[in-house]
Formats: sequence, C-alpha cells, structure tokens
Amino acid sequence: MLTDSGYFSIPFDVAPYRLSGSVYGTLMNHRSALAVLGDSANQPPYMAAPIAPVLYIKPRNTLAGSGSVVKIPVGTPQLEVGACVGVVIGRTACKVPESQALDYVAGYLLVADVSIPHSNYHRPSIRFKARDGYCPMGPAVVARAAVANPDALIIRTYVEGALVQTTSTADLIRPTARLLADVTEFMTLSPGDVLALGAAAPAPRVRSGETAIIAVDGLGSLTILFMDAAA
Amino acid sequence: MMRARVAYKGAIHDATPVAAPDHEDLRLADGRVVAAQDVVWLPPFQVGTVIALGLNYADHAKELAFNAQEEPLAFLKGSGTLLGHRGVTRRPSDVKFMHYECELAVVIGRPAKQVPRSQALAHVAGYCIANDYAIRDYLENWYRPNLRVKNRDGGTVLGPWFVDAADVANPAQLGLRTFVNDKLTQQGNTRDLIFDIPYLVEYLSSFMTLSPGDVILTGTPQGVVNVMPGDVVACEIDGLGRLVNTIAADDEFGR
Repeated sequence: MLTDSGYFSIPFDVAPYRLSGSVYGTLMNHRSALAVLGDSANQPPYMAAPIAPVLYIKPRNTLAGSGSVVKIPVGTPQLEVGACVGVVIGRTACKVPESQALDYVAGYLLVADVSIPHSNYHRPSIRFKARDGYCPMGPAVVARAAVANPDALIIRTYVEGALVQTTSTADLIRPTARLLADVTEFMTLSPGDVLALGAAAPAPRVRSGETAIIAVDGLGSLTILFMDAAA
Repeated sequence: MMRARVAYKGAIHDATPVAAPDHEDLRLADGRVVAAQDVVWLPPFQVGTVIALGLNYADHAKELAFNAQEEPLAFLKGSGTLLGHRGVTRRPSDVKFMHYECELAVVIGRPAKQVPRSQALAHVAGYCIANDYAIRDYLENWYRPNLRVKNRDGGTVLGPWFVDAADVANPAQLGLRTFVNDKLTQQGNTRDLIFDIPYLVEYLSSFMTLSPGDVILTGTPQGVVNVMPGDVVACEIDGLGRLVNTIAADDEFGR
C-alpha cells in the first residue's frame, strides 16, 4: 500500500505490525515542552495550557525509515528533531478505558518528529512539520510484551556521536494509557496507526551534513542524515 | 464521468449514475442496477492525505471574526474521520455548537512536487463535495483547529460522486449550498475563495509532495449553523450532486 507510492519502504511493514500510514503526534505532552513556554502558555494566543490532547498529523509524504536522508530547505539553518516513542495500535481503539488501553497496543517504535523550528504553536504549521521525509520511524516495531513499561523509557539523542539530549517517557503529562484513553474518546485509532507520545523541549537541532541517532534500550536506534536540499 | 464507490451484497463496487446525478439509482460495474438507499456509500475514491483549509472564504472569515491570512491556514485530517454519502455523524450530548461545512474537494491525480500555479490543474483528477464538520466547543488555541474539533469519527463526509476534472468546466465558478432539513442555510461560490485551487496546489506542493488520492478541502463560505440529532444536512455543489448526512445522538453510539 504505502510502498506503492514509492515514498518509503520500511522493513517492519509486515503483519502483524503492518503500519496503516496514519501517524499522529502529540503536542505539549512532555512536561519540558510546556515548561519552556513558562507563563506564555497562559497568554495570548494560547490563553491556557492544553485541556484535551492536542494532536497533529504526519502525513504519508513525511514517512521514512531509519537511515533516511532529511532535506533542509534553502534558507533554513537548522532543523529540530523531536525524539519520541510511538505506540503502534494493534486493534481498533474507540473510547478505551485507561485501565485497558495498553491491551490495544501492538508494539512500540522510535519516531523522529522533524520540524523546521517554530516558536508559535497557534496554527497547525504544516509547512514546518509535513515536509517530505520529516517523519523517520524505526528501526522496527517492538512487540508490547517486550516492553515492560512504556512510561519508563529513557530516550537518548546523539548528534555527530555526542549525546545532546536525555529524556524519559516518565515525564509525560499524559502517560501512554491515559493518552490513549483521552484520544480515543474523540477519534478511533485503527490497527497500524502510530501515536507518538510527545517530544521533550528544547528539541535537539541539527545542521546539514550531521547525523542524528535516537536510541532507547529495547527499541533500538533510529539514524537520520541531514542534508541541504540544494546539495 | 461521475463515479461512486458503494458496498452492496458483500462486495465493494464502482458505480455510475443511471440517469441524472440527482436521480440516485446506480449501475454497478457488473451490470446490476440498484437504488441509492440499498447500498452503503463510501468515499468515492481511495483517499490519501486529507488537507483542509480554514478561513478560505472572506465572508466566513469575517463571520468568525478573523482577519485575512497572509498564508493559507491549512491543516490535516486522518483516515478515521472519513465517511460516505447518506452516513450518520455523532453529535456529543454535551456540546453547544456543532456545524457542517460545505466545501469543494479537489482530488489529486498526478504526483505534484513544486508545481507552479500555471500547471496546477493538470495535477487534479477531479472533484467531489465535502462536508467538514466542526465542534466549536472543543476549540483550543494550540495547532488550532485542533483534531478534537476537526478530526472526529464520521466528521469528514465525501461524495456522493467523484467527478472527473474534464467534466467540470470551471472549478472557480461553482455554487455551493447547504440545506438543513430542506431549509437553505449556507450559500457561496468558489469564485470567492481567498486562495484559489491553483494557488493551493502550488503552495502545498512547494513543501510536500502530493500524491494521487490526496485531497484538498478548499474551505467553506459563511452560513454555518448548529445542527442537532435527527437533522438531515445536504450539501450541494453545482454539477457535483448532493451529499446527504444525518446527525445522530450519543445513544445511537452506545454513549
């Protein structure tokens, strides 16, 4: 299906972990993301911290696998790499209770939510987030049973081999089950859909020619190369 | 040519109208002729990425007290929100303002990457009607309009027909109308789009490759009103037919 489009080919796109191609990200779900905004989260244009989960979509043109090259547009000095753990849905999840939410999970994978840095989150900003190749995922879907606790995963991001960020899913405002419950209250998630749990802030920045690696014990490592679009 | 995709007696079929498009009897590809109410209407093409425009008619932007945008307000919708003609959309019992949005949907037919506006229409396969529901009670000011407003199950209705671009003489001159329980509530014309179709294809394809099946919902004119369970909402666009949807209450969905 997705490979027919010619955009990406991911080795984990096989049953039972076939991805649907629908990838959702969660804005402001890591405590640090809201913390860096400070009181401005309570000022215009936001007026208040998010009440319900605020999601965004990484469409099919953004999807890529580990080892892919992400292009930096002309005139953009750096990109932001939002290192996230993504949940892969295993069965149709509609209004699932928090206590049972993890039963709907097939597995987990690493998601690099790449963006052109932007400081205003009032509008969806798809020009900054939905560019071709801006959502590398992988290297593989790890079965739910192999992950003891999705809310205790340490995510390490390296740029050019140097550790630039260490963050944990323990610091999510809505932990995995809670997020699944609150999201599926208003939209059904289907098998193969990916829900990224949220990136920490400030996100690491990369320049042309650099390589970023996101790693979580048990989930492997996701490698992304960055290059000027003009190159 | 106009085409529908319908489920009938255990399979999914391509279908064409038997007579005029408002006469909803269908001819299936296998030759059977069936009545509109005897099939399940699906979105009329394989839907890829759904890109929607907010505030793209000056009158509607004014209605919502917004100033004109320097850049299109584009947002994305997921596959779980799609619904076909004659479907049912849930209205949560605790909301005050849920409204339809009649929109011209532009379906991409050829991959589009950095396409100039002069070439844009060559990448369009055809058109259909979209009804892009919103529940304003859930608006928050983060990536607004947030998905809880705009990406609800059954909140993006497409159909009834996919109409080939060749059969739409001028997509920039199409009247749109919405009726709630047969009362005209919304009226507009695609000539009043702030960002027109060629501009939108140029803009979007400047940063994201559009693929066949990707669809651009071009925005809605003024005249959005609250709808309640039991209301029948019909969106019409000149030459594209009439897209009907019924609002249902929580109890029908076991809530």
